[in-house]
Order: sequence, then structure tokens, then C-alpha cells
Amino acid sequence: MSNAACTAHPILEWMETEEYKEKNFAREALVINPARACQPYGAMLCALGIEGCLPFLHGSQGCAAYFRACLSRHVREPIPMVSDSMTEDAAVFGGQANLIEGLKNAYATYKPSIIGMFSSCMAEVIGDDMKSFIANARSQGAIPEDFPIAYANTPSFVGSHITGFDNMLKGLLQSLADTRNGKWTNGRLYIVPGFDLYSANLREYRRLIASMGIYMTMLPDFTETLDSPHTGEYKMYQPGTSMAELADALNASGFLFMQKYSTAGTQKFVKNVQKITTEAVTMPIGVGNTDAFLMTLKQMTGKSIPAELEAERGRAVDAAIDAHQYIHGKRFALYGDPDLLLGLVGFLLEMGGVPVHIVCSNGNDTFLKEMESLLSSSPFGTEGKVYNGKDLWHLRSLLFTDPVDMLIGDSHGKQLAKDAKIPLARIGYFMTDRVHLHRQPIVGYQGAINLVTMIANMLIDEYDRNCPDERFEMLR
Amino acid sequence: MGEKPSVSMVEEVLSVYPEKARKLRAKHIVVKEEGCSCAIKSNIKCVPGLMTARGCAYAGAKGVVWGPIKDMIHISHGPIGCGYYSWGARRNLTRGIVGVESFSPMMFSSDFSESNIVYGGDKKLEKVLREAKELFPSVQGISVCSECPVGLIGDDIESVAKKMNKELEIPIVPVRCEGFRGISQSLGHHIANDAVRDYLLGKKERPEEVGPYDISLIGDYNIGGDVWSSKKILEEMGLNVKNVWTGDGTVEGMMAAHQVKLNLIHCYRSMNYICRHMEETYGIPWLEFNFFGPTKIKESIRKIAAQFDETIQKKGEEVIAKYEPLMQAVIDKYRPRLEGKKVMLFVGGLRPRHVIGAYEDLGMEVVGTGYEFAHKDDYDRTFPAMKDETIIYDDATEHELDQFVNRIRPDLIGSGIKEKYVFEKMGFPFRQMHSWDYSGPYHGYDGFPIFARDMDIAINSPTRALARAPWKKDKEV
Repeated sequence: MSNAACTAHPILEWMETEEYKEKNFAREALVINPARACQPYGAMLCALGIEGCLPFLHGSQGCAAYFRACLSRHVREPIPMVSDSMTEDAAVFGGQANLIEGLKNAYATYKPSIIGMFSSCMAEVIGDDMKSFIANARSQGAIPEDFPIAYANTPSFVGSHITGFDNMLKGLLQSLADTRNGKWTNGRLYIVPGFDLYSANLREYRRLIASMGIYMTMLPDFTETLDSPHTGEYKMYQPGTSMAELADALNASGFLFMQKYSTAGTQKFVKNVQKITTEAVTMPIGVGNTDAFLMTLKQMTGKSIPAELEAERGRAVDAAIDAHQYIHGKRFALYGDPDLLLGLVGFLLEMGGVPVHIVCSNGNDTFLKEMESLLSSSPFGTEGKVYNGKDLWHLRSLLFTDPVDMLIGDSHGKQLAKDAKIPLARIGYFMTDRVHLHRQPIVGYQGAINLVTMIANMLIDEYDRNCPDERFEMLR
Repeated sequence: MGEKPSVSMVEEVLSVYPEKARKLRAKHIVVKEEGCSCAIKSNIKCVPGLMTARGCAYAGAKGVVWGPIKDMIHISHGPIGCGYYSWGARRNLTRGIVGVESFSPMMFSSDFSESNIVYGGDKKLEKVLREAKELFPSVQGISVCSECPVGLIGDDIESVAKKMNKELEIPIVPVRCEGFRGISQSLGHHIANDAVRDYLLGKKERPEEVGPYDISLIGDYNIGGDVWSSKKILEEMGLNVKNVWTGDGTVEGMMAAHQVKLNLIHCYRSMNYICRHMEETYGIPWLEFNFFGPTKIKESIRKIAAQFDETIQKKGEEVIAKYEPLMQAVIDKYRPRLEGKKVMLFVGGLRPRHVIGAYEDLGMEVVGTGYEFAHKDDYDRTFPAMKDETIIYDDATEHELDQFVNRIRPDLIGSGIKEKYVFEKMGFPFRQMHSWDYSGPYHGYDGFPIFARDMDIAINSPTRALARAPWKKDKEV
């Protein structure tokens, strides 16, 4: 009995009505199909970006199993991480004994050069003090006195995975970066990718920045962890930001954040506390956002934008114009992280696409204002409405009361797309049902070409699949 | 060529650990040899800081036992993460309209915020339950699967459930499966079984008489459609599968399960508790069986049929006769490609022992096996199935598994998603044996051809021949 055969079910029909939508939006407590994970997951990703760093969860081991499985499914790569396996006795007596023994065993067995520690909600609820526990581990000789450990509090009942990413990043800087050396800088621009599971995006940033002749460090750099070559050998630690580069981070000539909302706390720390030149751009998705990114690089470093990038830009614009008719006026619904959504909506608007429903399960008021202002900047944005803190079941109601042509998001929206009988352009994270999407960039001019190609062809495929026979033809 | 498992190999692999960890871990690994006592420690706390594959009680209760019951809403009660990570991740297939007849493919959370931690979450839970019933009027029951904070802040979900059960007039089941309870998924199974016993089982009577051939299929979670394939055999034998626990299962099937003649249990680890309870309380006997691979299926059909009269026994033989030539064709096709290949397994539940026969049907040999969260009774059932000079490991850490595989060098590894890409990188063929690697079913006569094909795909894929660049010398693969 397939869904298609059962569309006549009265409850199903009721679920598609305006009345149901009102009930659904009146929901205050229950969350259904959210586009949001929890803090320590983001902290794990961040820690994986430091070379030789072993992510270490202070808390229950089940969380570690879930994070590792979830990221492995998306990128199809091994994800190493340990926990100190807190159980009922730790709930009563605190987790210090687990933490100390865990550090001792992890240090001896996996020989990390640094440990990035963060907490599960269990450790947060019982109020464990990681800082003093780590100090005690050192004084008891479980790990050497000078062994580098960064830690961050990442309670899963606050924020989401992007908050955890931010907290871990700030924790890395606070715990392990050397004090800023007066006005001297190391001449390197530090690029922070944010919570971005597209390894190809990180590679693209590196390529674009190198072509402008800028010295850079990516912090954190989990490119290789998310996409490592097959060599016949398993390496637990992939190349990433080196310990030396992390230690020297506060002497950067500047910090450029490629996402704003997954790095908000770290930005404040770098800019306001450390007084380092800091910029944050909208994720460079589409031509306009990529232009703004390159202009920011130019302004921060005084370097010019080379002819080869201008030619690349020209090819992206050419691709956009060649395919504009397939996207212009098409209506879209999107869901995902705030930074991703801002980039994607900017891209759709420049193509003449019409973003209609924008669902963000983990946005804040600043995001809401920024998205609304972006929408109001374009005649194609007038129909767009932002649903902050809502979930994919809210979006389901919207797709029936105000239908769109295409859904943009990750694998978790596939049932939604099927029910609404529209295609799902898989952009975002986490993909559990398609291969290798993270291996192609969605940022930069090349990313713009990739997105135009994907979206236009999917819409054409959809037309081919559904059009009457007499409209089925060779030319599109 | 790989080494044969030996005591000295195990000692060398463990030597990297600090003394205390080494001593603890040494008790969990046994090389089976002639005269070995086959004593293995299991169901003990993980060693902190060593990379375990184990999950938590929530994973065992919500993820394994409750999640597949399709006409219930399963609330992940607490912060957002646990529900998110376990959403759709176990491949428990269901039939029925999603959101009306089946809620298993969806994710429901009470999404704790800081104020719920400080002031308690009971009021919020009431609201969550009300909203669930209002938005999904066809729901037949709701489980409340607790996450870590719920047990730590002292919420009384049992009282909320009692109150809301009266108000909403459907079963509301509190499941105290906080992730810090116990030492693995295993306690979660037990807690889930107890919740079934206390809140559902026996609470409803089907009007019809219990027939002589009425049975329940217990401990099959319909991963990749396993239930449908197992049920087909049982029904062709003339048995009435009244209830399935819990794959593609229903609330009614949980409530009226005391009205059968026999419980057939596939995953012993996760569901033996409730079978024992039904035996004690309702006098229903239970029987373990194995539907992986034609040899074990044949044995199991005969064992099951022996519990019934000649009609069933005759039909059982007919089923065997009907499928044997089909299975022989599968073996004829794949055995020449798989003969002599060595397999190492590290999985959960029943598979580390139950799939051995299926590999042997294909001429393959299991040289190492182990469980994430087994108990002594699982190992008692496993040792006889393993030959001498094989290795058995309990709650193997990633370090141990890497080292054993590297030295034994099997032709295939069957384990989970967390292990998959480690071994793929090393160049070993691998199949996920929790999720059937997004394939399946593997149970029953429908499953075996798929199982055989999948193992062949893994072992004989030409992609691995690409690994060495032609300009590299032989040694520098």
C-alpha cells in the first residue's frame, strides 16, 4: 500500500488544509522533523579540523556513537572520536574519575597531539567542571603537564550544532592560542569556514584565496577528514590546521569568517577582545555573494583580483544567463542552517528564482532581520517569508497551502518532497541517501555553475517526467 | 597472507594500553583453541577513553525496540540531538501512510531548552502529548523515551503519562531509557521490554478464539524488509503470524500478544526478557530460530514445525522442498566466487552468530566474531558455532579491531557504519551488517539471494583494483 494509492484518506486530506496549518503553527512544545542537531556534534566537527586532534566527549558514550555515525553517513569517511563513557555512578559522583581515566587511555592508545574536549548534556546537567578535572588529570600524571587540551561547554539544550561549533572554536583559541604579540602580525589571513560539511567548499576557498596571492590559514581545516584519498592505509589523523598555526592564531593579520551565525561568539572574541581585524561575509553562494567575498579579501589584504578569477566569474555569469529561463519565476521552499540559507536565497534572487518558504530551525532574531532585509532588496523576494525556529512539519503545511516548484534542503526533507510531489534539490547537510554531494563546491563561481546546472536540470527533468506526450520533445 | 589468531597476537595488540585498561580488556578477548575454556567477560562498562562502538540505553529502547512500532508516536524526550541522530537511521521499514498510519519514519522531540532543565520538563511533556494527539488523531499510542537530562533533573514522567493516558484515552508509555543508564544499548532493550510488559501487554483481548497455529514473531525489526520475508515462510508453513515485535508492528499487536500459542524469537538479546515473562505469566512457550541462509532456515523450519501437528510439519517440508532448488541456484552462482573467503564480524544483537551459517552456505569461513553489547548467554550460543583458531572479541575497541583485521587479513568484514570507512580505507571489502548496508532483506528465502549478491559485490568489486597507481612500485600501494 503506497502513499500514492492512499491519497484519499480523510486525515491525509485534512492535513493539507488551511485549518490544519493553523493548528500545526499553533504548536508550542512538540517539535516534528527538525532541521537541527545538537551542540557537541558541531564541536566534534570543529575539533576534527585541527591536525592530530582527537575529539573527546565528556559524557555518555551513546552521544559519541551517534555523532560519529551521523557524520560518517554524510561524508562516507571514518570519523574518530572518544568519550569517557559516563554512567550512573558518574551521575551520582560526578565525571572526574571517568575524565581522568579517559584522558590517560586515549592519550596512550591513540597518541593524539592535541585533544579537543566538549561536553554532553549529562555532564552539563550535573555541573562537571572540565577545567579543574583536566588540571587534576595533569597533576595525577594521566597526561603530561604540557599536553595541549582545548575544552568547551556544549550543552545540547542550548542552541544547535552551529552553536557547538562556535563554542569549540572559541575554546580552541582561548585554551591553545598564544597571547597576541602587540601589534606584530604573522602576515596570515585566518579563514574560518564555519559549520560547512562540503569539503569541496573548503578546497574552493583555498584555491580562490591562493589565486589572489594571499597567505592564509584555514581554521579549523577539516577538508581532509571529510574527503581523504584512498591509500590502502587508515590514518586516524588527517592533515588539518597545524598546532603551530593554531598557537599563532591571535597574531593573524586578520580573520575572515565565511559564515556569520555558526561563528558569532568566536567573532566577538577575536574582534572585541583581541582587537584583530575581523570580517564576516555571507557564505559565497552565487555570483553576487562570491563578488562580495573577493572584494572583502581585496579590502583586507590590498591584493587585486586576478584576471583568471574574472574569467571564471565570466563563465559563471554566462552559465547563469544561459540557464536563467529555467529558474526565473520558479517558486522555491528552503530549509537548513542560517548561513546556508542566506547564501542560497541570495543566489536564487540573482537568478530570478522566487524563494517562498524559508524554514530555519536554528536561526535567531538577527538572522530573521538579515534574511528579511535580503528578501526586501529584490523584486523576486516579495513573496518570501522566513519561519524561524520552525520545523519540516510546519513546512509540510506550507507546501500544501501555498505550493512551490522545488524544495531545497538535505535528505531529511525527502518524505516532504514526495508528499508534495515536487523535486528535492539536495543542498545542505546531512545527506544520508545520495553519494558525494559534499565533493562538489557550492561556493565561489564554480559553485554557482554547479548550482545553476543542478537546479535547472532537475526542473527540466521534472517537466520531462510529467509533461503530456505531445509536449515531450528533443529540445528544452 | 594473514596470521592465524593467537594468544600472543592478542597480547601484542593490547600492549599499547595503560596497565589497568590492558588488564580489563584482556578478559574480553578469547582465541578459540582446543581445550580453551571459552570464558569471556561481557556486559561490563566500557573503558573510558577507548573508542567503543557501543551506544546507550536510549539507542536500545527508542532506536531498537520502540521505534519500529508504527502506529505510535515515539517522543524523544529531552534535548533535540538524540531524536535527530536516530531519525530514520535503523531502516525499520513500515507499510502505511506516513503521518496517518505510520509514524516511524518521522522524528518527534520535546526539544528541551535551558528552562526545562532548570524548572523541569513535566509541564512541557503534557503539552507535547496533547499536541501530538491533536495533530495526529489516528495515533494509537505514545511512548516517551527519556534522554539523559530527564533522569538527572528528577522529572516524574510516569505521573504525566498516567494523567495524559486518561485525558487522551490512548496508551502513554514512559520509558526510562536515559543514556547514562547501564553500559550499552542492552539495558535499553531490557527497560523497553519492561515498559511493554507494564503498559501494553495483555491490555487488550482480540475477540476471536486463539487458533492452534497462532504465533508471534519476536525480535525482528524489519530492517530492509526482514519481517516480510520471515513472515512469508511462516505463513507458507501454515502458521498465523498474529503479531510482530516490533518491525512494522502495531499497538494492538503489542497489547494482544498474550493470545498466541508460541513465541518465535529471532533477536534473543533484545527480546528474551518479554518472552520469559510471557512464558511465566501466560504459559506461552518460546523458541529461538535462525532465518539466515538455507541451511539454518531448513533447520529452523523443522524445529518450529516440530512444535505443531503433522499438518504444519508436512507444509514445512513442502516449503523446504519448494525453495531448496532456488537456493541451490544461488549457491551454484555465487559459491565459486566466494569459496574459501574469510570473514570477520563485529555487530550487535544476534548477527555475530546467526549469520555464520549463511556465510558457510556460500563456502565462506568466519574467522573472527564479536558483539558490541552481548551477555554471557550470547557467547554460550556463539562458541559452539566457531571453529578452532578463530578469535572472539567482546566490545572490541577500534584499536583492537583495526589491529586484528590488519594481522588476520580477512577477505570481508561485516560491522557497522563507524567501522566501515576505516576498513574501506585499508582496502578491505566491507558490508554494514546492522543496516544491511542499505540493502536487504537478508532474512528468509527472499533474503539469501540478496545476501549472497551483496557479499559478492563487496568481495569482487573491480574498484579495488584501481587502488595502486601504475607508476608506483609494488610495495608502495
